[in-house]
Amino acid sequence: MYVTVGRDTPAPGRRALRAVPATVLVLGTVSLITDVSSEMVTAVMPLYLALALGLTPLQLGLADALSFGVTAVLRPIGGRVSDRWRAKPVAVFGYALSAVAKAGVLVAGAAIGPLAAAIVADRTGKGLRTAPRDAMIAASVAPERQGTAFGVHRAMDTLGALVGPLVALAVLAATGGAYRAVFGVSFCIALLGVGVLLLHVRDSPVRTETVPPMWTVLKDRSLRRICLAAAGLGLFTVSDFFVYLLLQRSGAVPIQYFPLLPLGTAAVYLLLAVPLGRLADTRRVEVLLGGHLALVAALLLLIGTHTAAVALVGVLALHGLFYAATDGVLMALAAPQVPPAGRTTGLAVIQTVQAAARFVSSLAVGALWTAWSERTALLVMAVGLTAAVAGAAKVLR
Amino acid sequence: MKRAWITALVAVVLLGGATAYAVSVRQPAAPATVQDGLTDGRLYFRAATGQLTSVRASDPTGEREALGLRCDRFAAAQASAICLIANAGPGLPTTTALILDRDLHETRRINLAGIPSRAQVSRTGRMISWTVFVTGDSYRASGFSTWTGILDTRTGYAVVNMENIHLYVDGERYHSPDVNYWGVTFAADDTTFYATASTRGRTYLVRGDYAKWEAHTVTTGVECPSLSPDGTRIVYKRRDDSAAGAPWRLAVLDLSTLRSTTLAEAQGVDDQAIWLDPATVAYARDGEVFAVPADGSGVPRRLVADGTSPVLFRAPE
Repeated sequence: MYVTVGRDTPAPGRRALRAVPATVLVLGTVSLITDVSSEMVTAVMPLYLALALGLTPLQLGLADALSFGVTAVLRPIGGRVSDRWRAKPVAVFGYALSAVAKAGVLVAGAAIGPLAAAIVADRTGKGLRTAPRDAMIAASVAPERQGTAFGVHRAMDTLGALVGPLVALAVLAATGGAYRAVFGVSFCIALLGVGVLLLHVRDSPVRTETVPPMWTVLKDRSLRRICLAAAGLGLFTVSDFFVYLLLQRSGAVPIQYFPLLPLGTAAVYLLLAVPLGRLADTRRVEVLLGGHLALVAALLLLIGTHTAAVALVGVLALHGLFYAATDGVLMALAAPQVPPAGRTTGLAVIQTVQAAARFVSSLAVGALWTAWSERTALLVMAVGLTAAVAGAAKVLR
Repeated sequence: MKRAWITALVAVVLLGGATAYAVSVRQPAAPATVQDGLTDGRLYFRAATGQLTSVRASDPTGEREALGLRCDRFAAAQASAICLIANAGPGLPTTTALILDRDLHETRRINLAGIPSRAQVSRTGRMISWTVFVTGDSYRASGFSTWTGILDTRTGYAVVNMENIHLYVDGERYHSPDVNYWGVTFAADDTTFYATASTRGRTYLVRGDYAKWEAHTVTTGVECPSLSPDGTRIVYKRRDDSAAGAPWRLAVLDLSTLRSTTLAEAQGVDDQAIWLDPATVAYARDGEVFAVPADGSGVPRRLVADGTSPVLFRAPE
């Protein structure tokens, strides 16, 4: 495999995107294809579990906790392997694991153990591949273009997420509602993603310099500061489902339109990912923190407004803005600050910290909601998130 | 350039494979000859293909009749029926509730969020109720909610989420944002009903009054109640984490004494059971329909292999 160092040649394209290297576009394509595959499954999984297999979501509650735990352990290990050896094989393994998991769901049938294992494998694959992929994006572009690169990648990713359910619908329509067909087609599309990755993404160079021991990587001051900020922000990030549920309960959305809410967020995310990424080329901290303030504004709007249209449009726009300004931007912010020799490990650690904080957050929101009320839960999270933004501004300065 | 050709080849092979697989698992279209309308004394259920199918209740292993209707949950009584259909889609799943007359002609269509869970029609055919559950992409309990609706076919008034009903727990007016209802079952007067209410980790049996729009807790630990024909007992599922498979056991509650009898089904059951007669209940378990005596005696008897959502149809007298 041809070895490149640092950034590679820009792909031809529109002027605004001219500086985006081919690696980013190819990785974006891989993510697009993979997201079509995984969102096909996401769209039918609850129906398949409940109606084809007769399982309740609660029976798979363990799969959630298990996926989280396994990913938390494996992600930094994957990052470490990437740093010490090469990033691409780790990413390929992650994508391939998720692909095989789709077939695993078919093989498992209604047996809870194997089914949970397939779900865990799918999510573990996703957890494993993220950091090496983001490290490859970061390595392919100069520090002052990181925001654009991640913005373009996340936009392509989101496009795949929007197309996936439509493909699932088409498959269901063509097969008389055979859920198994969706998993089978999803498996093939996931393999195509792995194929594109294998054939078209140049690997990072084999390391010649010595990689510092794990402890030195973890002791890095900038990494610790970013982890601290990500933890604080993640602790007060209200999960998507709660935002939608609260929006529905506020009376802004007739019940039959509730299922369409995630599309609103995704559409805004898709539209804003590139412009905000470009803005983040120069103002990373401001964009990241501004994005979290957009979420604060969305929460306050949920508490404060009684005008349905304002709540609906405002909350979804702010929620999409939050994603566009934070998801890729955190990586764009972190990648240049973490020493290259420990970059993938560093990104993996940040992602794990963020995932852990959000896990705690979703439990906390549930508890607050149950113990007091949704208003209290929203207020606590809005105040907490504002404080976390202030804290992060200080830490990241 | 060479790699581009390889990629194209891989894409063609994989998409070909995907198409071949999809064709191989395709579900058959509705049969050409379909039975239209509901017949007294037949047991209707959802076959594994999703097709609404029926057998004679007195001879459940006898000849099957497929109806030209796909339903994920189905219930019927007298002159009305409900067919819940799940739709995958962009965004979260949705449910379509088809309200049907005795000839299975659509009289109304209600668009709902969520995944079909329960459907019931009162013995007179007047009150129709359903439960859907709504989840995000996580399976955790905190991301899980049930929405239960009630349609009065006489007035045409539909409540799509009954959570604003005035709830009294042990006689006290109760407010909590996390109250969820599921599994409604109406009494013969078409205004008294029973249902499960859940709040703060506890599940209650509530007795509701549709006209007054209030509900009072009766006891705890009762899920998916189904009222006996004489209105004196309730068959329900009781949480039991030691049960094999689904963590529930079927039991019958005597409403006058509030005493429960566990039925002779040793496996876990996740269903809102039905009454075949005053002494027998039927339910789906592991994709098959079973019947068991309602007094705890006997053993489960399989009525239908490959069936869920059973309902015994009784025609208007």
